[in-house]
Amino acid sequence: MGKFLKHQIKTWGLTELFKGLSVTGKYLFKKKITVRYPEEKTPLSPRFRGHHALRRYENGEERCIACKLCEAVCPANAITIESEEREDGTRRTTQYDIDMFKCIYCGFCEEACPVDAIVETRVFEYEFHERGPHIRTKEDLLAFGDQHEAQIAADRAADAKYR
Amino acid sequence: MSFEQFIFYVLAAIAIISGLMMITVKNPVKAALWLVLAFISTAGLWIMAQAEFLGLVLILVYVGAVMVLFLFVVMMLDINMAILKEGFTRYLPIGALAAIAIFALMYMVVGPEHFGLDKIAAPAAKPADYSNTTEIAIPLYTEHAYAFILAAVLLLVGIVAAIALTLRRRPSGTVLYQNIEKQNRTEKSERLEMVKMDAVVEQPAAEDKEEEKK
Amino acid sequence: MFDAIQAFLSGFLYEWLAITITLVLQAVAVILPIMLVVAWLTYAERKVIGYMQVRMGPNRVGPIGLLQPIADALKLMTKEVIFPAQSNKYLFILAPILAIAPAVAAYAVIPFSDGVVVTDINAGVLYVLAVSSILVYGTVVAGWASNSKYAFLGALRGSAQKISYEIAMGFALVTVLMIAGTMNLTEIVNNQQGGILNWYLLPLLPMFFVYFISGLAETNRTPFDVIEGEAEIVAGFHVDYSGMTFGVFMLAEYAMMILISFMASIMFLGGWLSPFEGIPLLETLFSWVPQLAWLSIKVALLLFVFLWLRATFPRYRYDQLMRLGWKVLIPLTIVWVFVVGAMKYFDFGPWFN
Repeated sequence: MGKFLKHQIKTWGLTELFKGLSVTGKYLFKKKITVRYPEEKTPLSPRFRGHHALRRYENGEERCIACKLCEAVCPANAITIESEEREDGTRRTTQYDIDMFKCIYCGFCEEACPVDAIVETRVFEYEFHERGPHIRTKEDLLAFGDQHEAQIAADRAADAKYR
Repeated sequence: MSFEQFIFYVLAAIAIISGLMMITVKNPVKAALWLVLAFISTAGLWIMAQAEFLGLVLILVYVGAVMVLFLFVVMMLDINMAILKEGFTRYLPIGALAAIAIFALMYMVVGPEHFGLDKIAAPAAKPADYSNTTEIAIPLYTEHAYAFILAAVLLLVGIVAAIALTLRRRPSGTVLYQNIEKQNRTEKSERLEMVKMDAVVEQPAAEDKEEEKK
Repeated sequence: MFDAIQAFLSGFLYEWLAITITLVLQAVAVILPIMLVVAWLTYAERKVIGYMQVRMGPNRVGPIGLLQPIADALKLMTKEVIFPAQSNKYLFILAPILAIAPAVAAYAVIPFSDGVVVTDINAGVLYVLAVSSILVYGTVVAGWASNSKYAFLGALRGSAQKISYEIAMGFALVTVLMIAGTMNLTEIVNNQQGGILNWYLLPLLPMFFVYFISGLAETNRTPFDVIEGEAEIVAGFHVDYSGMTFGVFMLAEYAMMILISFMASIMFLGGWLSPFEGIPLLETLFSWVPQLAWLSIKVALLLFVFLWLRATFPRYRYDQLMRLGWKVLIPLTIVWVFVVGAMKYFDFGPWFN
């Protein structure tokens, strides 16, 4: 009998409905967590995987030694490498292309690289308006690395103790 | 031409055209929609004749409920019009005869002979605050209360009969019936059991040993 | 004002033409503000639901997104109207018109303050009920003319649902008529004069809830929007509509929401009457507030509840919805008709004198 009465009060008093309404009513006045993207940005981790870059040593020599480990590990087959012996007898790439449409930003290339040549940067705001530029050539990637070297080096340094 | 006449002729034209379309159009759904238009324009005519209660109830009941149910059924039917039209020419004379007979009967009963303006004068225009809702309600609920209730009970019997004819409860097991009442009454305690457990750290080593035994 | 215009026009025009032009002007004077309210109601809806979901809502177009409805309208107007193959073109175009025409026509009898009403007819309540009952044809015709299974299922659900809830809605209004003793909306409000206790909300509290719930079902708002049911039948009756034809359906839905709110505030919340009537100090303090403002506040509150409910409740299952209509709301209204009859017989409270 008590249970029956309780149920009737609950049904006709619409208690559950009001409980639900009070929950959403409370959330109406809560602080909004939306990040207004172009004006505000969320903090990025030093491990963020965005646009790729090829790095150089401090003396200006390119790091990549054309070991092709990144090409082998790439799960999306986005990287294409051709190599040749340079005049000074070192092995260097003649072609280092990354197809940005194929790339899944997994970061395996970065991890496979023995000389920290290929890295993924924090830059994720880029776009392609036609086919062609989406294949980043060696020159593009080296130039990109030169441009962002300070940030790249800082990120590597911040992450170094966990590696 | 006064404004009332203008509206009257527009509504009358719509009523006649939609009536004609309703019986000539091939598609039953379209026919039903033309009938709806006929109802609405007729309701307008009634309202012009100061029978606003009847006009609005015509819309409310026939347009808003009856014709919707009609459409509901007609839309779901897949009627083969060719078969339906087969005997059209054969039965045309009989149909025409019936139509003429009905028209003649109607004319004899409600024609000018009995209801002409010379027999019954046009009713005087009522003041603006005249409500024919009460005019209808008072005789309906006093003089004719018995007949009114009887009609209501008759309709109720009709509803109950229709439901009784179509209601069939299939044996349980063949169909899954929802018992919403029961679902609503369900409480947390019937569905959810809270079990107190000690926090146990799993021993991966022991598992490995068992694996080895296998 | 409109009488003066009519007198001026009939000076050099046919009488029927002068009356027609005046009527059109009156209609525009009511419809235009309503359509503007509809536009910004869509904005309010997105904003309120956004806030309840701890989001911002639209905030790109104009300051805090205030111009969003204009952007939406422009987008809908420039989009192509696609006719599905095998669809019935005339009925396909007719359906949105059938949906919006009654929703707008019903405003002809809504009093916005004392005496400010297009036509002050005796059977106002009946007129609103009758006109809003035509609304279902928009849904049904749209579903049938689209020649699509999903649209058709939506139309079937919609027609059955609206007929069921119309009964409960009608009965809820019957109780109001029993107290007021008139079907004229202006008189119904004037009968509620004399403070907040004299409003019909108190003796008819269950009927207010019934009316509002049936109103939700009539306008296909959540939790009764099985007719759209994007989870099961993609978007129900308007799957195949695009561009402005779709926009008109949305206009109709929101115009109907506003109508339900107007009716609820007129019937139960004292319409344009101030809630402080009869309270000594507050009455004089708020005597400058125009009647339209009080009515607008009440309507806005009810509209907010519409949005609040949408942000809170999940959709009903169809059989639960039918059970609520037929087995809960209708019996409740019939019982309350008798309760009101008894209250009237015993001259109960300030309402039955």
